Amino acid sequence: MLVNELKKSLFVSLWFMFLTFPIMVIQVNTVENIIQWRWANLFLVGVGSFVLSALWRYLIRRKEQGIQETEVDGVARVTLSQRLLNNRRFTIPALFIVSIFALAFPFVFSLYQTNIMITAMIYVLLGLGLNIVVGVAGLLDLGYAAFYCVGAYSYALLNYHFGFGFWSVLGIGAGLAALFGIILGFPVLRLRGDYLAIVTLGFGEIIRLIMENWNEFSFGPSGIANIPRPGFFGVEMNIEQVTIYVYFLMIGMSLFTIFVVNRLQDSRIGRAWIALREDEVACQAMGIDKRKTKLMAFALGATWAGFAGVIFAAKTTFINPASFTLWESINILCVVVLGGMGSIVGVIVGAFVLILLPEYLRFLSEYRILAFGAVLVVMMVFRPGGIVETVRRTYQYKETA
Amino acid sequence: MEYFFELFLGGLTRGSIYALIALGYTMVYGIVQLINFAHGEIYMIGAFTALIVISVLTMLGWNQIAILLIAAGVAVVYSSAYGYTMEKIAYKPLRKAPRLSALISAIGMSLFLQNYVLLAQTSDFMPFPGLIPDFEFMEPYAHIIGSPELVILITTAIVMVLLTIMIKFSKIGKAMRATAQDRDMAMLVGVNVNWVISMTFIIGSATAAIGGVLIASHIGQVNFYIGFIAGIKAFVAAVLGGIGSIPGAVLGSLVLGWTESFFTGYISSDYEDVFAFIFLVLILIFRPAGILGRSTAEKV
Repeated sequence: MLVNELKKSLFVSLWFMFLTFPIMVIQVNTVENIIQWRWANLFLVGVGSFVLSALWRYLIRRKEQGIQETEVDGVARVTLSQRLLNNRRFTIPALFIVSIFALAFPFVFSLYQTNIMITAMIYVLLGLGLNIVVGVAGLLDLGYAAFYCVGAYSYALLNYHFGFGFWSVLGIGAGLAALFGIILGFPVLRLRGDYLAIVTLGFGEIIRLIMENWNEFSFGPSGIANIPRPGFFGVEMNIEQVTIYVYFLMIGMSLFTIFVVNRLQDSRIGRAWIALREDEVACQAMGIDKRKTKLMAFALGATWAGFAGVIFAAKTTFINPASFTLWESINILCVVVLGGMGSIVGVIVGAFVLILLPEYLRFLSEYRILAFGAVLVVMMVFRPGGIVETVRRTYQYKETA
Repeated sequence: MEYFFELFLGGLTRGSIYALIALGYTMVYGIVQLINFAHGEIYMIGAFTALIVISVLTMLGWNQIAILLIAAGVAVVYSSAYGYTMEKIAYKPLRKAPRLSALISAIGMSLFLQNYVLLAQTSDFMPFPGLIPDFEFMEPYAHIIGSPELVILITTAIVMVLLTIMIKFSKIGKAMRATAQDRDMAMLVGVNVNWVISMTFIIGSATAAIGGVLIASHIGQVNFYIGFIAGIKAFVAAVLGGIGSIPGAVLGSLVLGWTESFFTGYISSDYEDVFAFIFLVLILIFRPAGILGRSTAEKV
């Protein structure tokens, strides 16, 4: 048994040494025409993959055992996170602690930390918005950053040309984003699955490329600077005060979003989205207007990206098209899937993990993104449903004795 | 007219390049219904491996043609090995998971591989020697099409013909088609599905490596990020043609190549990608399953 395991690990280790040989070991210096052989790397790879492969097989075996148990029992096991979430004796104190922490945060931690938190909350908004489209309505959207872009640019441009203030544009930006959501929604009504994904991807790139190339309109790749920060009844504030103000603004905005999204999920349209996700044909047979439901999903999803965009522009005071690339869309999608599709708590957790993890992985310096990629893979392999899995509400029939 | 011809051939070359990458995308998609975001990274690793081999052999003073062939061979072997390993680590445990989870896993893999090459090698653009010599018999036509372009076109054509023959007539091809149609049923009649999926990744990665070597020597430089953009373009091409269909991937790539070439040539180069994407959206509005994709009637 043990010998067998060792053999397997040894084999994996040899395989990885072969695999990484040219890229890890050979370093060619084309200027001086010398080859560096970095044999130490080969040794590291060998030892590392030996240990990791043993660990990997152990974890995979445990995961498979768990699945088998579920199949034998016939009941899905309730995971720890779900049990905690459904237990009021846990949720109420937890909410209390979280709110105290959130209120005290900007006064305890540095300005830098507060800024990171604001970014994380912008991602909460974006994640919850995309969750409507991807998680609830099941429409894979790879161009979500386009609506974010629309929100940010509508504030920047309206302010630059007409001097509009933050609060008036907050509504206008969201409205414009929703309008773009509908514009995108119309042509893709007939598409499904990956065809939808590629058209949304294309749409996102079109918006970004237009912003990058139409210099007269959007000032091109150099972007727009000196966007005013949000005002508070004309009170003059220094940078620290403004940051704290934006922080609380974001907390309010996040709470508002959570409230609305939560109400939406249980509303008539929310149920229609879920039905549409599960089975399009059956859903139409039940008398749900597919066209209207899909367009609503795109429009409402985009609205939150519009809000987030306006706030982002006001927070950073500078925007350019480079902030709204395909990677941005992918990042937001990662928030939703990593957190747990369709689950509000999941998406919030996902946003914080995804934004804070790279920040706190800074001690790994240049290995940060490498580690982040590995974390994504490992997370998905061992928890494919995300951090907080959604449980579908089911009617439980209990036999009375 | 000559300008038109030039653009036509330019688009054809560009399209063939996309096709070599798109083939891998579409094959993997046909069998496991997974958008393999890391496919572009395999292509990048192929190009990098070739570059390393070429540099080492050049210092040893070998013959140019021999170097090219050996480098291409090593690149193919290594890319296939990476494709195989990637499938085993990131996709195999997710076969029964929601499809989006596999997509995120692929994105993670893509990030990982990019940064792996970035850290182990360099973040700079590395010059890639143009190894394809100018043929003498091509000289009269050199103003229309150069020797490297000709080599790219011919190689792509050969790869496509071989792939089609393999899928149509060989045993593994038959097993692949069976798996694509119905995985459970294929298992029941004795197809080793795990092996078929591994083979699909290996073959797809091998074509990507060939693409990597050809493109790198055509463009003349490589860095760790080339895979991402090429991967997106190839994905667009594969969907355009009807994802899962091999002739579709080739046709989609050519259409994309020509679109970009003609729009750049006649209108403006700033909006090259915008036109490509608008064209894509237009085609998908009128043919929602791609040019050659069959729209399957949904059973209830």
